Amino acid sequence: MQPFGFRENANTCYLLILAFTLVFLPLLIRSSYYLLVVNLIGLNTILVVGLNLLIGYAGQISIGHAAFFGMGAYFSAILTTSFGLSVWFPSWFPGWLIPWVIILFAMLFTGAVAYLIGIPTLKLKGNYLVMATLGFNIIFEIVLVEWDSVTGGANGMAGVPYLAVGDFYFNSDLRFYCLVWSLCLLTLIVSFNLVNSRVGRAMKAIHDSEVAANTMGINTHRYKVKVFVLSAVFASLAGSLYAHYITVITPKSCDIMYSIQVVIMVIVGGIGSVWGSLFGATLLILLSEVLHVIEKFNVVALGLILMLVMIFFPEGLIPGLLKRRRSQVQSSPFRSRRSEVRSQTSDL
Amino acid sequence: MGESKPRAVPWKPRLFCVMTLLDNFSQFVFSGLTTGSIYALIAIGFGVVHNASGIMNLVQCEFITLGGMITATFYTFAGIPLAVSIPSAIITVTLIGALFERSAIRTARSQQVVILIFITIGASIFIKGLALIVWGSDPFVLPPFSGNEPIHILGATIVPQNLWVFAITISVVTALHFFFKKSITGKAMRAACCNRRAAALAGISVNRMILLSFAMSGAVGAVAGIIIAPITTTSYDVGFMLGLKGFSAAVLGGYGSMPGAVLGGLLLGVMESLAAGLISSAYKNAVAFIILLLVLFIRPSGLLGEPETERV
Repeated sequence: MQPFGFRENANTCYLLILAFTLVFLPLLIRSSYYLLVVNLIGLNTILVVGLNLLIGYAGQISIGHAAFFGMGAYFSAILTTSFGLSVWFPSWFPGWLIPWVIILFAMLFTGAVAYLIGIPTLKLKGNYLVMATLGFNIIFEIVLVEWDSVTGGANGMAGVPYLAVGDFYFNSDLRFYCLVWSLCLLTLIVSFNLVNSRVGRAMKAIHDSEVAANTMGINTHRYKVKVFVLSAVFASLAGSLYAHYITVITPKSCDIMYSIQVVIMVIVGGIGSVWGSLFGATLLILLSEVLHVIEKFNVVALGLILMLVMIFFPEGLIPGLLKRRRSQVQSSPFRSRRSEVRSQTSDL
Repeated sequence: MGESKPRAVPWKPRLFCVMTLLDNFSQFVFSGLTTGSIYALIAIGFGVVHNASGIMNLVQCEFITLGGMITATFYTFAGIPLAVSIPSAIITVTLIGALFERSAIRTARSQQVVILIFITIGASIFIKGLALIVWGSDPFVLPPFSGNEPIHILGATIVPQNLWVFAITISVVTALHFFFKKSITGKAMRAACCNRRAAALAGISVNRMILLSFAMSGAVGAVAGIIIAPITTTSYDVGFMLGLKGFSAAVLGGYGSMPGAVLGGLLLGVMESLAAGLISSAYKNAVAFIILLLVLFIRPSGLLGEPETERV
């Protein structure tokens, strides 16, 4: 399950390459629209990395992560607009710091909610887990629409302030680019550290066989809840950043379709691969931008992609393609197609 | 039914008019039973596939949409009478169900439930997107099967379509019951569910049974979509909520159990209608999902289901 067979040191190397590319990327991209797309990729990557830890490493499916994204976004939006929160802070406290503190509180709050929901939910298996997270997302959506005195109903909330450090506002695409991608790199580093730690190995054990992991003395349920909380916290961070970047948040941006879309990002990029999350987010965001012109076809394309990838590459699109390529290069007469198929099915 | 009726006498203090409350109560129960019957049918659709293959088939949602929309297309655009367009719509959706199994489910490389549920989610989104392109987002109306003359029963006012819903649900449930208990194919399907290998050894074509189960769930879903259409109108996304609520009903009653599906559907319909009428209509849609989560947390096997034991 090493991501694409990279060594651990190689990841540091690739992270450095990514960082360098990111520094020079804005020089190539002049149009603010393309920067917006790149920023959206970064935002989604933060969420998808967390979700991939849950799906790929702990082996738990959730199609409710848009709810956690929405929780972060709405927490930030509500507290920075409707509530005059600044009176609660002492006068010496710099005003620009307040939204950052709120983001942290949003992450704490979302983490707490995820913890409370995760305890009973993660006892469920397979289908029921999928449907429970889906149900949770739908309830969250309904609350957003119906509790309009606080959440602004179906119109959502507008006028979320830009983030700032002192007098430096993150109010342009380029400035936000620096912010979101540094945070994105940070989440990637955290995830790599986690994956290559004791916790990461325990998670892989749970993914492969929960019973075996349990008999080895791993408290599987506790690990699953922990990863669930972590992925929810990542989602919340992405949501808060999204709200402060786009400055508008509606229930539509955290509906069940978005949940499914981020799951597709995980699946396309590769289940259980941190780098895959980045690729998946990039591919899917680019695709939805290309199809933006004909918006109706976006949904059709998403459905088709999900269906086809799951039929032909159950372990994810990019790993599946790589594996097929590799097996073509070194096709041994002793390895039949059957065993190849069987080894694929053991994933997820 | 529940959505369209405004609440009677909203400004009178409720506590003092017991009669109004009682009338309202029976009205809520009747409209709840109507939607409940639909949920029951949908829950049966989920159960049939689950029993044959263990798959959670979320395309069930789209079968409902397709049933209603194809009938509406035949009736409104082609001018075919209802008596012909309804059966042809049911047959079309049945074929779509079978086609889906044959093309997507059987060719899937992995037979793991989680992979298969994602395939059904993908197919569901795909069909919903196509439906939006083909039919647009405007709702379609089907006429009631017979007349629109209101009938007064036990202080409640219902339209003949409600009776059609009850009658069709009861006949579908009875027919399926006898199919599974008496016919050789039904018995073979249950055998295929019980133990695939043993069934195959006894000469049952398990693949054909799974194909049949998808076709049947397509037919049942289409029926549900068609009989509710005259009451609530139908549109490209009508199946999503109905389907998921039907799923909640199936879980409430015990997933895969036929009496459970009926009980769960009716209970859920009545609870939802009462909650909408007596507490708040804003959160009506949330009721089904709150019940779903509660059942999954407290008793995942549902009311009538048997707890699953897991073998390692």
